[in-house]
Amino acid sequence: MKSVLSRLLMLVVLVALLLSACGPAATPAPTQAPEKPLRVAIVMPSSITDMAFSQGMYEALVKVQQEMGGPSKMEIAYSENMFKVPDAAAAIRDYASQGYDIVIAHGSQYGTSLAQIAPEFPNTTFAWGTATDTFADQGIKNVFAYNPSAEQGGYVLGTIAALMSKTGVLGVCGPVEAGDAKTYVDGFKYGAEQARPGVKVQVTYTGSFSDVSLMAAAAETHIAAGADMLTGSSQSVVGAIGVAKEKGAKWFGQQWDQTSLAPDIVVASQVYDYTSIIKDMIAKRKAGTLGGVAYTLTLANGGLTIKYNDRVPVPPEIKAKADEVIKGIIDGKINPLP
Amino acid sequence: MSNVFTIPVVLGIIYSGLRLATPYLYAAIGEAFAQNSGVYNLGVDGIMLMGAFSGFYVGMKTGNLWWGLLAAMGVGLLMGLLMAVVSVTLKAEQGISGIGLYMFGLGLSSLLFKKTMSGVESISGFQPVRIPLLGNIPYLGDVLFNHNLLVYGAFLLVPLASFILYKTPFGLMIRAVGQNPQAADTLGINVDRIRYITVSLGGMLAGIAGASLSISLINLFQENMTSGMGFIAIALVYFGSWRPLGILGGALLFSFVNALQLWLQVLGVNFPYDFAVMLPYAMTILALAISVRRAAMPDALGKPFERGEF
Repeated sequence: MKSVLSRLLMLVVLVALLLSACGPAATPAPTQAPEKPLRVAIVMPSSITDMAFSQGMYEALVKVQQEMGGPSKMEIAYSENMFKVPDAAAAIRDYASQGYDIVIAHGSQYGTSLAQIAPEFPNTTFAWGTATDTFADQGIKNVFAYNPSAEQGGYVLGTIAALMSKTGVLGVCGPVEAGDAKTYVDGFKYGAEQARPGVKVQVTYTGSFSDVSLMAAAAETHIAAGADMLTGSSQSVVGAIGVAKEKGAKWFGQQWDQTSLAPDIVVASQVYDYTSIIKDMIAKRKAGTLGGVAYTLTLANGGLTIKYNDRVPVPPEIKAKADEVIKGIIDGKINPLP
Repeated sequence: MSNVFTIPVVLGIIYSGLRLATPYLYAAIGEAFAQNSGVYNLGVDGIMLMGAFSGFYVGMKTGNLWWGLLAAMGVGLLMGLLMAVVSVTLKAEQGISGIGLYMFGLGLSSLLFKKTMSGVESISGFQPVRIPLLGNIPYLGDVLFNHNLLVYGAFLLVPLASFILYKTPFGLMIRAVGQNPQAADTLGINVDRIRYITVSLGGMLAGIAGASLSISLINLFQENMTSGMGFIAIALVYFGSWRPLGILGGALLFSFVNALQLWLQVLGVNFPYDFAVMLPYAMTILALAISVRRAAMPDALGKPFERGEF
């Protein structure tokens, strides 16, 4: 019984292969059949409304979809809260085998799995980040990588925070000392110290991207220790923002514009804008290149932007200083990391 | 190290520690009621998430946090009741049904959040209430007696639960049912009914634990915002040898060490942060290894009761 089934299956596969091979040859296709939509899938560790890492990528995809002409031109499928890597790997494989054109593994923790899956689907474009490795040295040609230079905006926000602080103490609520969280924190600290020698930058890590409660306690601790300007990274900072709001400290957002969470205390945010790299990946795929490029989001290429909140005005001289720093980083005159 | 423990630091540790301990106390004491009667419920974290969501949502929509708290209690009670039906009446394997309940709560709270709200929003939660006289004690008044009602409630729950478990006939029945259900049954105690009550009560307290996050301490809801606190609460029940006072000790140890490690980082003590983050867990395991009294475990824990089965 089993062998009959498997033979049947083989036959079906063979026929399908033959058909697909013959298909284009039989119809040289000048006919304008409606173009199939581009199918994009994304697997991410938190939710599309996390106000941070995942929302940034999802909203960029939606923006590109609108520019392309809606769901009839580009389909988006997503799997959220894939904080367990084996689950994420299964989802990535599912999307690829369902024939999605571009599959984005949005999390540096998914890299090892992706390196195993990508070679099995040579016609699928994969992308992952935050990362710089396209696995080209393993002979893999269909993986893009993307990495935000989070230290750049960190440096700018650190500059603003240091100059605005009355107490001269800044608090940084870090999640895990890795990836863009680490470079952001390092850039913020360095920028603050360069702008105002003698400023005290307190850094904590909770060891988790999702522990909202401990993140809130970290913010409490920073404020009790004299900090009046706070920042942090990851989806768990919502807890810290709540504390800052209650205690009247100012907040600097990272990864996404966090103004809506606390419109009276968010001074400015570094926002990741993935739209240009998504568009570039789509264009490259159309031109026949399925991977191999490591993108960087920077202030210079518009992948990173500093978004101010009008309700919390920044004094003009500090804003001017921030603009100067942004220009310096773009020109390469300022190195945002020590 | 000597200059680390200044007065503001010690006061800061006490303040943050009490707040961090609050959800653990509600959840763990609720679980202690269930376990003392012989049922362990691994679904605490799922109930907490549902309590956190319903408390937040109802509180936000009605503009009255008390309605939110009531909703969290009601939802927790219902989920506890569900656990009781599955584990007491249907006699299902408790570990598995508890995990099922956890996943149900995790999934449903995320789904409801997504369907009802466009994103993370914060509300103004229960405000701190300064206790007259005690609140005016220099230094300590601010950190001990200037909290919101749910924080006080968590600490008042400890003597209350102790009293119920050890000084009332009802508490005696709970422990009898957990130690030897057959004997309790022959004395005319309705084993199933007692277990229904304790598991539902545990669910209700887990609901409050969730609400304490979403409407009193952090004042927002985010998917999976408990990130496993319910499981730590279960561990605290073992840590505390099934006694409310022991649970209080465990919750305070864990929370104070957590508050301390944040201060160590803030003060820039030269100390790898990985180690700091590990500290509360390491201390808890250490204390557990030294102090736990296996003999205190209810004999019938995890065993469904069958009448006449000796």
